Amino acid sequence: MKIGTKKNMLTFGLVLAIYLVVQLLLNMGILDSYIEINMVIIGINIILAVSLNLITGFTGQFSLGHAAFMSIGAYTSGILTAKLGQPFIVGVIAAALTASMAGVIIGIPTLRLKGDYLAIATLGFGEIVRIIGLNNDYIGGAIGLNDIPQYTNWTWLYFSVVLTIFIISNFIKSYHGRACIAIREDEIAAEAMGVNTAYYKTLAFVIGAFFAGIAGALHANYFYFIKPDSFGFMKSIDILVIVVFGGLGSITGSVVGAVALSILSTLLQGIPELRMVIYAVVLFLIMVYRPQGLMGDRELKLFKKVGVVNGNASSK
Amino acid sequence: MEQVIQQVVNGVSLGSIYALIALGYTMVYGIIKLINFAHGDIYMIGAYVGFALTTFFNFGFFPALIVSMLVTSILGIIIEKVAYKPLRNSTRIAALITAISVSMFLQYGLMYFVTPQTRTYPEVLPNVQLKLFGTNAVIDLKNIYILIVTLVLMVVLQYVIHRTKVGKAMRAVALDGDASQLMGIDINKTISYTFAIGSALAGAAGVLVGVYYNTINPLMGSVPGLKAFIAAVIGGIGIIPGAVFGGFFLGIVETGVSALGGSLYKDAVAFVILILVLLIKPNGLFGSNQKEKV
Repeated sequence: MKIGTKKNMLTFGLVLAIYLVVQLLLNMGILDSYIEINMVIIGINIILAVSLNLITGFTGQFSLGHAAFMSIGAYTSGILTAKLGQPFIVGVIAAALTASMAGVIIGIPTLRLKGDYLAIATLGFGEIVRIIGLNNDYIGGAIGLNDIPQYTNWTWLYFSVVLTIFIISNFIKSYHGRACIAIREDEIAAEAMGVNTAYYKTLAFVIGAFFAGIAGALHANYFYFIKPDSFGFMKSIDILVIVVFGGLGSITGSVVGAVALSILSTLLQGIPELRMVIYAVVLFLIMVYRPQGLMGDRELKLFKKVGVVNGNASSK
Repeated sequence: MEQVIQQVVNGVSLGSIYALIALGYTMVYGIIKLINFAHGDIYMIGAYVGFALTTFFNFGFFPALIVSMLVTSILGIIIEKVAYKPLRNSTRIAALITAISVSMFLQYGLMYFVTPQTRTYPEVLPNVQLKLFGTNAVIDLKNIYILIVTLVLMVVLQYVIHRTKVGKAMRAVALDGDASQLMGIDINKTISYTFAIGSALAGAAGVLVGVYYNTINPLMGSVPGLKAFIAAVIGGIGIIPGAVFGGFFLGIVETGVSALGGSLYKDAVAFVILILVLLIKPNGLFGSNQKEKV
């Protein structure tokens, strides 16, 4: 595949243009801090959803512990930047690496478990991480870790999101990505065809955890403050819901789902008593009427053919 | 020695609660292969119904227990008909998310009506304490009530499952849904019965917890719900004696860990046991290994 094709250049140009326009609007103060907070939430949710989609949507490994990876990343970056005074880049990279190490640990049980059992094991893993966090005084215990410097800005956020989408969508299209999809479709057949299922299942968890760690670092260094309970079971469910709502096995779906559900959640903050009830009903209706999610497993092509901007992509 | 006896007494009481909830989990999973995350919230509703009956209507312990069981069993049937039936043929993940949405709906829906504040159960059982074996270990009358109610319910459940037509139908559907349908078993009715029985047991557990620990709140169901699920997995999901064993085992281990000074880690211990069991014997301690077929 040639890198310098017209399509790639157009995509690159568009990505850069969006970045510059939003940065300009932020500088001019047209996008106020309220919108900025929501953009950060949406961006972090996109990273989390796309990385979980690799594990659950493409490789078919049912995970209910994604928030644990995020939590490990958040705490790593929080400790490094707040307590040890390291620059943000060190925090982000360390967050991604420690989270992916946790990905190896949780990846190994997947070699024996599948389906609901795997879901419960990952749920247990997430709860164990949360409880260890609650009882560790160095990182603040239940009170949480305070005074984390705010390094996350639009530039960090935007390029992390772009990098996540770029790497994961290219991974899916590679030889390795096809091996993952083969495992989802039929593990035994994939193994018979010579796919090293143990390796690819662990790899999916490692890559997914890597980006969840980055999302955690962005979260910690934007909101000043993290506590173990923010990364509990419900957070994992929230991420899973975004993925399923967007469509398992669709990167575009995860992006659309993250944007839509983050906006829904923000809108519902006006009625705090009924917020979760309405959220539950919406979730239920989606599962009954559109269980395959908004996008199914299709992707929205930005440029269908070279130069035909948006073509008839929406009707595809 | 006193300590040990005391902790075993407490552990058995906690274990009874877990076992009662775990039975519903295991029955529902056995029959429709769904982790019913809303089960812990049915237990919570049972506690609230019991609270309302004893506080506002001055019901005694046993009438409140029976009425709560009736209410929760009807609730269980409604949940199954409204929420799970439309998704019976959809993917696992869609069914699981539906279960989670039902759970959130029950928690926050009830919270809207009763407010999130913690409620205190009235004293419905006489406060009698007995000394055990001449030691200072104390057994409360409540402990005895919990154990007896649990055992009676389990015996009734065994009878229903092994000696009645409904129970036979349940076992048949759990074994092979399509084949039992061909044999003339009404699957929908059988699933409804399963939900009714499972939810009634959870409702009973709710009332027992209210009486034993005195305080209830709308979010009380999620943690015991997960623990009961762990109990069901330990014993082998879908296996009824396994759920009972898992419940008591988990209850005793948890109180033991708390007694040894690890009370902050007692939830983590439950999950560590879960992961170990899943890794060593994924079908549970009572389950038989199944060969994977292509």
